[in-house]
Amino acid sequence: MSDAKAVADRLTKVKRLNALLTPTKDLRKALSQQAAAARPTGVLYGMPVAVKDNICTLEFTTSCGSRILEGYRSPYDATAVAKLKAAGALIAGKTNCDEFAMGSSTEHSAYGRVLHPLDKTRVPGGSSGGSAALVAAGAIPAALGSETGGSVRQPASFCGIVGIKPTYGRVSRYGLVAFGSSLDQIGVFGRSVHDAARVLSVISGRDSRDATCEDRDPLRLPTVPESLQGFVIGLPREYFPPELDPAVRRACERAVRLMKEQGAAIREVSLPHTPYAVPTYYVIAPAEASSNLARFDGVRYGPRFNGAADLRSLYRSTRGQGFGPEVRRRILVGTYVLSAGFYDAYYRRAQQMRALIAQDFRNVFDRGVDLLFTPTTPTPAFKAGEKLGDPVAMYLSDIFTVTANLAGLPAMSIPIGRVKGLPIGGQLIGQAFLEDEMIEAAYALERVVPATDEA
Amino acid sequence: MSAAWETVIGLETHVQLRTKSKMFCGCGAAFGAPPNTQVCPVCLGLPGALPVPNGEAIRLAVRAALALGCTVNPKSVFARKNYFYPDLPKGYQISQHEQPLATGGTLSFISSERGAVSIGIIRLHIEEDAGKSIHDRFAKGTAVDLNRSGVPLIEIVSAPDLRSPAEARAYLSTLKQLLEYIGISDCDMEKGSLRVDANVSVRRPGTAALSTRTEVKNINSFAFVEKALTVERDRQVALVESGGTVTQQTMLFDSKENTVRPQRTKEESHDYRYFPEPDLPPLVLTPEFVAEQQSDLPELPSAKRDRFAAQYALSREHAAVLTANRTVAEYYENVVRAGAEPQAAANWVMTEALADAKDHQEQLRVPAGALAQIVALVKGGTLSHQAAKRVFGEVAAKGGDPRTIAESLGLIQVADTNVIEGWVTDVLADHPSEVERYRKGETKLMPFFVGQLMRKSKGKADPKLAQRVLEAKLAS
Repeated sequence: MSDAKAVADRLTKVKRLNALLTPTKDLRKALSQQAAAARPTGVLYGMPVAVKDNICTLEFTTSCGSRILEGYRSPYDATAVAKLKAAGALIAGKTNCDEFAMGSSTEHSAYGRVLHPLDKTRVPGGSSGGSAALVAAGAIPAALGSETGGSVRQPASFCGIVGIKPTYGRVSRYGLVAFGSSLDQIGVFGRSVHDAARVLSVISGRDSRDATCEDRDPLRLPTVPESLQGFVIGLPREYFPPELDPAVRRACERAVRLMKEQGAAIREVSLPHTPYAVPTYYVIAPAEASSNLARFDGVRYGPRFNGAADLRSLYRSTRGQGFGPEVRRRILVGTYVLSAGFYDAYYRRAQQMRALIAQDFRNVFDRGVDLLFTPTTPTPAFKAGEKLGDPVAMYLSDIFTVTANLAGLPAMSIPIGRVKGLPIGGQLIGQAFLEDEMIEAAYALERVVPATDEA
Repeated sequence: MSAAWETVIGLETHVQLRTKSKMFCGCGAAFGAPPNTQVCPVCLGLPGALPVPNGEAIRLAVRAALALGCTVNPKSVFARKNYFYPDLPKGYQISQHEQPLATGGTLSFISSERGAVSIGIIRLHIEEDAGKSIHDRFAKGTAVDLNRSGVPLIEIVSAPDLRSPAEARAYLSTLKQLLEYIGISDCDMEKGSLRVDANVSVRRPGTAALSTRTEVKNINSFAFVEKALTVERDRQVALVESGGTVTQQTMLFDSKENTVRPQRTKEESHDYRYFPEPDLPPLVLTPEFVAEQQSDLPELPSAKRDRFAAQYALSREHAAVLTANRTVAEYYENVVRAGAEPQAAANWVMTEALADAKDHQEQLRVPAGALAQIVALVKGGTLSHQAAKRVFGEVAAKGGDPRTIAESLGLIQVADTNVIEGWVTDVLADHPSEVERYRKGETKLMPFFVGQLMRKSKGKADPKLAQRVLEAKLAS
């Protein structure tokens, strides 16, 4: 096991990244208390795991990167956190993120942006950018993030680490502060496929507190396969558009060649409704968010802002000042698409499109394809500030990741090369509840791909 | 009211389900606990908390739907009803919207105006209650008690089939009786476990189309249902007759003033932005489950009433009294089963037993077997009716065997001719002039002699036997 003090020291050393929101003093105290209490028989005994700030923990504040929950202490642990503790892991502080997980760069945090560990002028991706940066910087072996549209895989890709989003319903959402409930899943970051997978295995499985969590045993960890013999891997052509960054394309082609060399059958496939995924996502996710974030009204918890002369002004000032601009934008969009008179045109149509997108995947898997391989993101990490003024450009950085959330499928990003020193991620998308197959393929790819070589 | 107008009423009734715990968490659902003591992260709407449906609440809701003859939908969907209010901790209420639990039932009763009527039930759905805002407890602000937050409710929406405030009241009491019968709620309006909102409109008789309606709220007692609706109906008639038009709005009933006033429009301009609750999978009920609930339903009040009338040869009115609630009906049948003659048993239950229960927290204190014995003792001539009432009172208060009690109180009727003859001789000796008058033909004096004899015997003489002996002696 790691020494609690050493863990705190390693995390403190990368303070400049602004990836950890927990003050050093609190961190040291909490780590040593947890180390004393941890069960030595747990499978993650002594493993420090940092937790995204939108996942409830007893130990630290849970602010969701927002002023509206500044200083908020949850009276309970999220199920995933409780399972980590039961397995002997140490909760190594709370990580910075886009406010309420809304963003793709971790620039939308009320507590400042997170720096990319390899290039401080760039973003680590988001929304789980703090968790990704800490793992990439070598401060901790694994961290929890959350996904609604790619918030684990995209920063994993940008930072050059492994990020897994499990099947919807594989991991309990109890204690994950909701953004888009039908899309949200807790995901994991690891320096290796194995680190990520073993943390996922611990947090997965049934939970009587989450009605959308499937009644299944925890994920069984697969072994590293000899080869990819017998695997049929599909390459959806919609994920390799002509305008794809050439280095990203080269890295993907190299990864495909390596998988083929390991015995995988490669097949080009089509997911025809892919172009509608981002617009669909940006109707459904804000709609759910507008309702999920209604509880933050300054009445029962969290700070109240000035101007609370009456109920309406309490709501107005708390929500107007407590939420940042991106959150306010999404609440407005979500409120609009659910309004009487617009519901059918937006929300209902988006749900219909979501069903078609999910059907695309089923069609491909029904024809004998085991897994899909795609780039995780269209480009490597972009510059800080580059997309802040253009929400749609920011939204498009999730173009290859939102589909797995819409379809509820497991997906992961693993590093497959670099361009000018910046990591590139390759994405595997699996079939529902077949994370083990996806992880097997990832093991095989990880073993052969020159992850830190220029593509 | 002018006979030139027809009243059209539909009711939306909220009923709290009788469960130990709340709809979506394990907190207690009991009424009356100290404020904010029956709460947890789920019903407080804390960040990250998620709802999990209460299976017992669903079962009770299905029972209610089946008792109302509704079709229980194999799949129904929870939905969020979004609005901001401090006593609504999540900023939305979990309810059902486009796909409710059940649709298309009926509730029948006897209308004092139209005879037997059958009122349509449009839908029945499950939802959670909000907390309670307390505006009058603290001088400087409003307090919120979230004990009620998340308590399970069903909403029952009737068709606009009711034609008078009296019918609305009859509908509600029939509904209350039915729901109490099947044990899904205690239907106590004072405790808020049954709440009703009414949609009211008026139109010319013979018109098929509905006129603009208002919604009457804040009817918080059974006694106010008829009053509130009468006030609103009369208001609409007066308005229309004076050339005005009814505007669609919510009216609040003020029971102190016996008036209605419009709710401020700001309070009602809600767009609830309903959408399917993503935290809960659709509620799928198997045909087996629904069939099990159907076969598990007790005999419903109307069926029981008809059966009592037929099986026990009771009048419709007596059958209605005895079946008004399930406990009394069961008690009555147990008395009959224990051997009591049905009409006599009915008389005893409707008078002595119900009167005693009324004074003792609705407890039927005399066991059915004991009451059957008392009835039998009267019928067999062992106890006079008066003496039997005393025995009933003793058994109610202290328990015990009726015959033993009657004996110990010296209430057993004397049917021994020799003993009675002795009393008769004494009575005739005490009243020579009455004897003389009787013998001259004034036979209406017989009750006088019987009364004297009963007094002499301290009520123990069998009155019939006593009369026979008196007649014989006076004739000789």
